[in-house]
Amino acid sequence: MKTETQPHRVQRGSLSRARAVEFTFDGKAYGGIEGDTLASALLANGVHLVGRSFKYHRPRGVLSAGVEEPNALVGISRGNARHTPNVRATVQELYDGLTAKSQNAFPTLAMDIGAVNDLMSPVFSAGFYYKTFKWPPKAWDKVYEPFIRRAAGLGEAPTEADPDRYTNRFAHCDVLVIGGGAAGLVAARKAADEGKSVIVADENPTFGGWMLCDSDARIDGKDGPAWAAQIIADLKGRDNVTLLPRTTGFGYFQQNMVALAERITEHMPNPDPDLPRERMWQVRAREVISAQGGIERPLVFPGNDKPGVMLAGAAQTYLNKYGVAVGQTIGVFAACNTAYAAAFDLYEAGCEIAAIIDHRDSVEQHLLDQAKELGIRIIAGASVAKVEGRLRVCAMQVKRHRQEKQEHFEIDALIMSGGWTPSLHLFSQSRGKPRWDADAKRFLPGISPQNLTCVGLCNGADTLAEVFEEASGGTYSPKIEDDVSTEGGMVGACATAGPDAKSKAFVDFQNDVTSKDIRQAVREGMHSIEHVKRYTTNGMATDQGKLSNMHGLAIAADMLDAPIPQVGLTTFRAPYTPTTFGAFVGNAKGALFDPERRTPIDAWAAENGAEFEPVSHWRRAWYFPRAGEDMHEAVDRECQTVRKVAGVFDASTLGKIEVCGPDAAAFMDKLYTNGWSKLKPGRAKYGIMLREDGFIYDDGVVGKLSDTRFHVTTTTGGAPRVLVHMEDYLQTEFPDLDVSLTSTTEQWATIAVQGPKARDIIAPLVSGVDISAKNFSHMSVVECEVCGVPARLFRISFTGELGFEINVPADFGLDIWKQVWARAEPLGACAYGTETMHVLRAEKGYIIVGQDTDGTVTPHDAGLSWAVAKSKPDFVGKRGLMREDLTAEGRRHLVGLETVDPKTILPEGAQIVADPNQPIPMKMIGFVTSSYWSGTLGKSIAMALVEDGFNRVGETLHVPLEDEIVEVKVTGTVFYDPKGEKIDG
Amino acid sequence: MLLIHCPYCKSDLPELEFANAGEAHLVRPADMSDMSDADFADYFFVRDNPKGVNLERWRHAHGCGRFFNAVRDTVSDKFLKVYPAGEPRPSDAEVKALLEAQAEGRKDGGSGA
Amino acid sequence: MAKTARALPNEGQDFAATGVTITPCQPATRVSLRGKVANYARIAGFKLPGEINETTGDKGCHALMLGPDEWLVINTKKTDADLMPGPNVKAYTATDISHRNTGWTVSGPLAETALAVGCPRDLRLEAFPVGACARTIFGKAEVVLLRTSKTSFRVECWRSFAPYTFGLLKEGARDAAL
Repeated sequence: MKTETQPHRVQRGSLSRARAVEFTFDGKAYGGIEGDTLASALLANGVHLVGRSFKYHRPRGVLSAGVEEPNALVGISRGNARHTPNVRATVQELYDGLTAKSQNAFPTLAMDIGAVNDLMSPVFSAGFYYKTFKWPPKAWDKVYEPFIRRAAGLGEAPTEADPDRYTNRFAHCDVLVIGGGAAGLVAARKAADEGKSVIVADENPTFGGWMLCDSDARIDGKDGPAWAAQIIADLKGRDNVTLLPRTTGFGYFQQNMVALAERITEHMPNPDPDLPRERMWQVRAREVISAQGGIERPLVFPGNDKPGVMLAGAAQTYLNKYGVAVGQTIGVFAACNTAYAAAFDLYEAGCEIAAIIDHRDSVEQHLLDQAKELGIRIIAGASVAKVEGRLRVCAMQVKRHRQEKQEHFEIDALIMSGGWTPSLHLFSQSRGKPRWDADAKRFLPGISPQNLTCVGLCNGADTLAEVFEEASGGTYSPKIEDDVSTEGGMVGACATAGPDAKSKAFVDFQNDVTSKDIRQAVREGMHSIEHVKRYTTNGMATDQGKLSNMHGLAIAADMLDAPIPQVGLTTFRAPYTPTTFGAFVGNAKGALFDPERRTPIDAWAAENGAEFEPVSHWRRAWYFPRAGEDMHEAVDRECQTVRKVAGVFDASTLGKIEVCGPDAAAFMDKLYTNGWSKLKPGRAKYGIMLREDGFIYDDGVVGKLSDTRFHVTTTTGGAPRVLVHMEDYLQTEFPDLDVSLTSTTEQWATIAVQGPKARDIIAPLVSGVDISAKNFSHMSVVECEVCGVPARLFRISFTGELGFEINVPADFGLDIWKQVWARAEPLGACAYGTETMHVLRAEKGYIIVGQDTDGTVTPHDAGLSWAVAKSKPDFVGKRGLMREDLTAEGRRHLVGLETVDPKTILPEGAQIVADPNQPIPMKMIGFVTSSYWSGTLGKSIAMALVEDGFNRVGETLHVPLEDEIVEVKVTGTVFYDPKGEKIDG
Repeated sequence: MLLIHCPYCKSDLPELEFANAGEAHLVRPADMSDMSDADFADYFFVRDNPKGVNLERWRHAHGCGRFFNAVRDTVSDKFLKVYPAGEPRPSDAEVKALLEAQAEGRKDGGSGA
Repeated sequence: MAKTARALPNEGQDFAATGVTITPCQPATRVSLRGKVANYARIAGFKLPGEINETTGDKGCHALMLGPDEWLVINTKKTDADLMPGPNVKAYTATDISHRNTGWTVSGPLAETALAVGCPRDLRLEAFPVGACARTIFGKAEVVLLRTSKTSFRVECWRSFAPYTFGLLKEGARDAAL
């Protein structure tokens, strides 16, 4: 029996007869019980020392039994890629074979070199980083940043890719209940009774909350676990209720959108790799009920962070839920009544209670009576002055207020309670402003601007009767016996941790902030809690100050002699508890990260050895290398083949928009610089679209199919925004025009056939139209049939050669491409990709919007004044073009560049200067936009935007590169066939 | 994630379907040829971007596709009103009334319906 | 001339998990109708819906109202372009988009849950009843949804988004039963 290795296991709690499991911690094997958390199993084995603190490397033990845990952070490993740092041992469910490691300790947890920081603690006090890492600036790179990076952060992140699946679900419900304790369960039942759809989420594996830890209260005669089991079974049986265990409501967003993180496999020994590890829920609820409960506060006294010092409620949880006694001889330090219940339970389980130290001067009579009956000593009006023991508490010194004498107690655990802080996290995230409850010295929910109701302890309900009343709206009032109220407690430092105290009394355990640090921050001028927080880092660790906020605030307020609400409360932010990146990423990884769009012809390109490049969301064939060819050789061959014979190119990604309606031409006149009304059906034209500011936005060839229908093409990347731009003007500026816009990009597969043999290739495939040079001239469009399929055929060229673009319904695209190829290949034509397309168009000086233009280029700058119909009364961008700056002399113009050494290829983006001998920084007068090797011309060619470029043709300019200055000559942009003689083949 | 009431679809729909499209009620002059450069700059480049009430354009981009206008309080991030493009700009009095209604703590989700 | 073959973007894209089945839709005639199309009833044999998100038609032919002046007509029975307007309708109101879209039927008791992996809309029966339709978003792809029965949806997207959309549908289906 493994339980024999668990000397602190007692016959109590629901786990006592569960299955035994084995796990390791820092390489040592231990036994536990199914249903344990890692923390409860370690405590069952008497292991309190579980980690080293962040700054001082102080030995630390398990402090809590829940998500607020600041100390017991461990690394859990399921292999290298599945190593999770900073897992709270108090939350991690135990499974067979679990492997955990402590963090922030070297060489071992018990003997850690970093603990020297503790001795140097005066150096590391409040504001340490701000004071130390200032000057000289040079030290940042070499000294400060590496130091901070090494020192900062706990645990190690895995370096390998996360192999797990994550998933997402949107959900909608009438009522979302966060928290499945007494309040949440009753509220859920009430909503379900009313016929509402209800989702209940709880971060624990089992619903019931504190009811599973309370051994005293009786509800209609039932104990807590029995009461919870009954209501859970009731809810499970209802169709309108969804129960989500292991699910944290971590973020509250606008209009009752709450994000939940559900952990699906974290508790499984060998999870099915097909199962998602976590699921993100995005729940939109008509009404949200927060039943988050409260978090027990520690007490702030010297040595309160030593292993073995623990929250009283946590000790009670370990005892009553997990059957673990946290010590044999236990000291109790209380400032409220719930700690007494913990003490009495531990006594009942056979532990010795050394004494109950109460910070309050007076204790209620019934507690005094009960303690007397059990023979437990109570010392009221006293505080723990010192905790002895290095790796585990072994004694405490107790000092009565206003007296000097101290009393010594040998103990092996010290449990404490400063009272309960209502959890305002979700309320605060909903943008609600907390209100100050002056009597109870706590913040409570005010009014939320959202449809959020807080019930139970998170709303200040201290007794079960109040909780039930609130959660049920007064409809549930069972008979309650032996309930312990959570009221009372203290905020701020204990009497033994006052301004004169020498030893460290911790406020924030995770970031190692002490009461002295808070006081020092106030002394150094931090008067708002937001400043104190940042100066000391109080509440800035991953626990977000769940345990420390109220104490830090109270100590600062005390120093300032101001009421607590005046010092302020920091805003709670999502996530409530640390949430994995995986949960946020969800399904969006690998192929589902972003859609990769492929054309109908993509499969042929892949089969025929194409290299691909991404162009916006598309994957496009880049070039088609033959055996032994590199990119340069392949592109060279493709270019020259197109010029000499022909080439076939997949242009399907070009944006296509159908502009239809009686006012289609009038609309086109508004949106493009050119005139469209006089264009005859069956003709096509190159169009330029401007923004209102006069700069080029997009371009493309537009075919007029009839007086009421245009086939508009756009750039591949511009297609979506061009359609939005058109819709915007149509709907909001020109709503009287009877026009509609439909994206047809994907309706058509587009096959460009370019080169002297283009007509020979396609002619036999085309029916219903005469495509001879005479009857189907350059810039014509016709609806016909290609390969027996309805098609739109354009006579069009982006190469300067005789060219056609065949548009066919996309499902037929692949087969028709193959039929075209079957004719093209025997004639010696090639398939070509985007790189060759770029070279061929650059040889002709055709621009690519977004490459040769950058949003500051006018049609005139690009040498396209001929495409602007200045006589039109209005078009988008017309007024913009008249702006002073846009008509000024000396703007950058698009020109050609030829390198003096024809073999030199300029890098795109390279800057251009007039005088290479001027001192640095030189005056840049432009930059290279496109640059290629032209095999056809046997030299490099480039285009560039150059100041006053049109007037510099013939000038020599210079391009300074890293190791040379290249001499270039300014030319026109048409390098090939300047007279346009090739266009008819 | 906001819930936005589309005045054409007449229902509250997830923000993921919508796209913001900048300030509303900027009317493109029918004849811009007489505009000074300064007036053009005001029309095209300069935006108020006030803290608080904004009159702005949205498009139900992945839905009915329509542009519409909204009154949104950028402090509370709530839609106070939505209305089809082309309807007149809400008067100052109406905006004030909308803000007062908001201050009264409406809990209906505030999608501007 | 060789007969030209069709290659479907959703070919082979079927998947089954507990409670959800995804099957590719057959090719269909699809027409986008815009503006004033009152006479369309004479061709299709039924009236167009008058409210956004409503559908009319049956027997494999659906008219979906997607916007105030926009309808998507999907006819799964007739071949290409049969639904393109004839003499009774002004030609400019219709654009053939038969090949632009592709789709799947997602059916089974957990179909609604499967779609919830990527669709932020409320698809519960009371909010999205049988016959409801919508253009919406599914992960990072725009889709058109049509609820054909309590447990069955037609999901359409632009063809190049098919691998993505089908991939995410599969994720939704395999996680729906968890």
